[in-house]
Amino acid sequence: MAAEISNDSPSDEILQGSEPGASRNSMLLATDSYDDLASYLSDTNLSSDRDRLSSGSISEITHPTETESFDPKSVISEEVGPEVVENEINEQLENSLDVSASPVDEPAALATSDSDTVTERIGLDTPTSQLSELSTDHSQPEACTGNNSDEQEEEVEYVHSQEWRQHRKHVFILSQSGKPIYSRHGDEDRLVTLMGVMQALVSVIGDGQDLLRCITAGSHKMVFLIRENLVLVAAARSIESMPQLLLQLTYVYNQVLSVLTLSQLSRIFKQRRNYDLRRLLTGAEKFFDNLLNTMDRDPCFFLGAVRCLPLESSMRDTIAQSIAQNAKVKDLVFAILIADNQLITLVRMKKYFLHPLDLHLIFNLVSASESFKAAESWTPICLPKFDSGGYLHAHISYMDEECRSCLLLLTVDRDVFFTLSECKEKIRERLVKYKCLAAIAESVDQNGYKTSQVGIPELRHFLYKSRSAAQFSCPEYEAPYHTADQRDRLFGLYQFLHHRIHSSSRPLKILFHVGSHETLLGWVTSGFELYAVFGPLVTKSAAINSVNKLLKWIKKEEDRFFILNSPTF
Amino acid sequence: MKSIDAKLVVLGSQGVGKTSVVVRYVSNTFNGHLSPTIGASFFTCKMMVDNYRLRIQVWDTAGQERFRAMAPMYYRKSNAAILVYDITSLESFDDMKSWVQELQKNTDGDLAMCVFGNKCDLEDQREVDNNLALQFAASIGARHFQVSALSSEGLKLEKLI
Ligand SMILES: Nc1nc2c(ncn2[C@@H]2O[C@H](COP(=O)(O)OP(=O)(O)OP(=O)(O)O)[C@@H](O)[C@H]2O)c(=O)[nH]1
Ligand SMILES: [Mg+2]
Repeated sequence: MAAEISNDSPSDEILQGSEPGASRNSMLLATDSYDDLASYLSDTNLSSDRDRLSSGSISEITHPTETESFDPKSVISEEVGPEVVENEINEQLENSLDVSASPVDEPAALATSDSDTVTERIGLDTPTSQLSELSTDHSQPEACTGNNSDEQEEEVEYVHSQEWRQHRKHVFILSQSGKPIYSRHGDEDRLVTLMGVMQALVSVIGDGQDLLRCITAGSHKMVFLIRENLVLVAAARSIESMPQLLLQLTYVYNQVLSVLTLSQLSRIFKQRRNYDLRRLLTGAEKFFDNLLNTMDRDPCFFLGAVRCLPLESSMRDTIAQSIAQNAKVKDLVFAILIADNQLITLVRMKKYFLHPLDLHLIFNLVSASESFKAAESWTPICLPKFDSGGYLHAHISYMDEECRSCLLLLTVDRDVFFTLSECKEKIRERLVKYKCLAAIAESVDQNGYKTSQVGIPELRHFLYKSRSAAQFSCPEYEAPYHTADQRDRLFGLYQFLHHRIHSSSRPLKILFHVGSHETLLGWVTSGFELYAVFGPLVTKSAAINSVNKLLKWIKKEEDRFFILNSPTF
Repeated sequence: MKSIDAKLVVLGSQGVGKTSVVVRYVSNTFNGHLSPTIGASFFTCKMMVDNYRLRIQVWDTAGQERFRAMAPMYYRKSNAAILVYDITSLESFDDMKSWVQELQKNTDGDLAMCVFGNKCDLEDQREVDNNLALQFAASIGARHFQVSALSSEGLKLEKLI
């Protein structure tokens, strides 16, 4: 259903460096979420016996129908296929996480060089059926031996309950020894057996040259992220792709590091392989919950980019200066002002940059913690991309009574709370004096901008990411995407588009997709990524025209939507 | 008029009501929906007592296990510690005792201690025997108060001094 097209592509390729939001001097590390993921997964952080990722040992077990059959050479692709997305979304809603009920073919189409061994091992006992049946005669891994059969039966009943299974995406964290640490839905105590089975799967496959990465059965996927100390599993019936789920697991893993640091985690498990990590994570569950819920809604994660609060650039400069001039404290690494999960400004120590992932974790910390609203706080936080080995200390306070904007001052010195508290007061005074808080409040209350302001009637919504700035911008979610269901559907369309364009087997530059409810256009260049949603009847050339117009509009507004300079202390 | 500065740290298990007690002192309110403290929160509390201007700086620490290692940062610089337990949880009482041990070990006796049995409005769910608690407080030379952040019982600051 995809056709290669050679003409009709956007006429004027924009020169890199002149695209909207291009930043020569970015305060954020410019990344691509997928490239980042690939390098992350091939780093040597894995335990030594599982260190063979680079030798092509990723085992992907894929249902044959999922295998893509497109021409890898095509860089421009056009397709008419409403069913691709819509059907999968419908399926998603209808099916429960009932793996046994869906047709489970023998796992086929293994995408690795070591495929033989994996098929053999798995073929003996289809992993998917193991998971759905959970019968007690399966050999139990060490973590489960303490269970009596009554408890196990209760557990089995629980995982079969409609209530538990109707969830669209489950996420589990377990220790390398199979001890439950976290479950997104349901009490992980009741999932001991299930987690044991997962651990068994991981270790059976890990015994050989392989690393378990993904099991697909019909519309269900189980994706595994195996790290030095932890195993993270996502079980989803959704159109989300394997790399997208893997990326989400990576975020969850980094959230664990953000709370505990990698060095603490390693030390703990070195001392006691069987340690119950939940002790140290009590109270942190809400960070995982909040992160996972946000990842189902907010494109910043798969884009690997940060959204900025729209502000006049002169206003933003005033804010940055107020902060930079009043926070001249030795060892202060970052000063960050945020509102409503958007960045207002970031002032940094000259030699350091912030990775978008770390900033996402900071957003998550702030949005999941009501307690910062009550009083000035002082808390350790690890930013895994900055330094996974240790904590920074964060002075956290809201600038206004309504708790709209939150200031974080991050330092390596644990003894400077009172100094930072004074800085904060001076900064706040400046922000009041120069009416910055009022401007921030106005922008937050305005809730961004509307698609109609662009002046392209057939354009419904878009995401635009400047790659060099690692920032993105998008309009408000208006009708027809104002309801939660429709917004979720739109989010699914974006994920689909993003995945299709980034799919490593056939990366595309432009994808034009005609669905039954809307037409999608994705366009990726070295400078930007653009995902645009039109009404269903738009022709390709009209869409391309519109996109060119849209780029001009964003360029005109770039000073408001993006932070193009990079203030330092 | 003279003024006195005092530094106070509040310690105890998670959920015993440390923040609720502090908020009762600082703003004389009670909010049943406070969320757990992350790291530590800093409050100041000003008042007049016997013609003295009293300025108290309060570190309200988080009870969650992972923050325990941070506690010395706060109690080392304090003049006084309030150790809070929840009268409906024996576990929190035992945990409070382990805090006392830690303080005795790590401060050279210059930290005044004071024990609060909080949530005494929940008398019917009491798990910690009051006499036992009084005995314990006496054994470490600390004063003991039965308090409730909810009803503000026992939480008149004047009594503390
Ligand atoms: N009935 C009753 N409930 C109380 C009282 N004080 C606190 N609570 C409740 O106990 C719970 C925990 O209170 P917090 O003040 O947040 O406890 P905390 O000790 O600060 O907890 P962490 O910050 O996690 O260490 C809240 O739901 C409060 O409403 C009290 O005096 N009586
Ligand atoms: Mg508290």
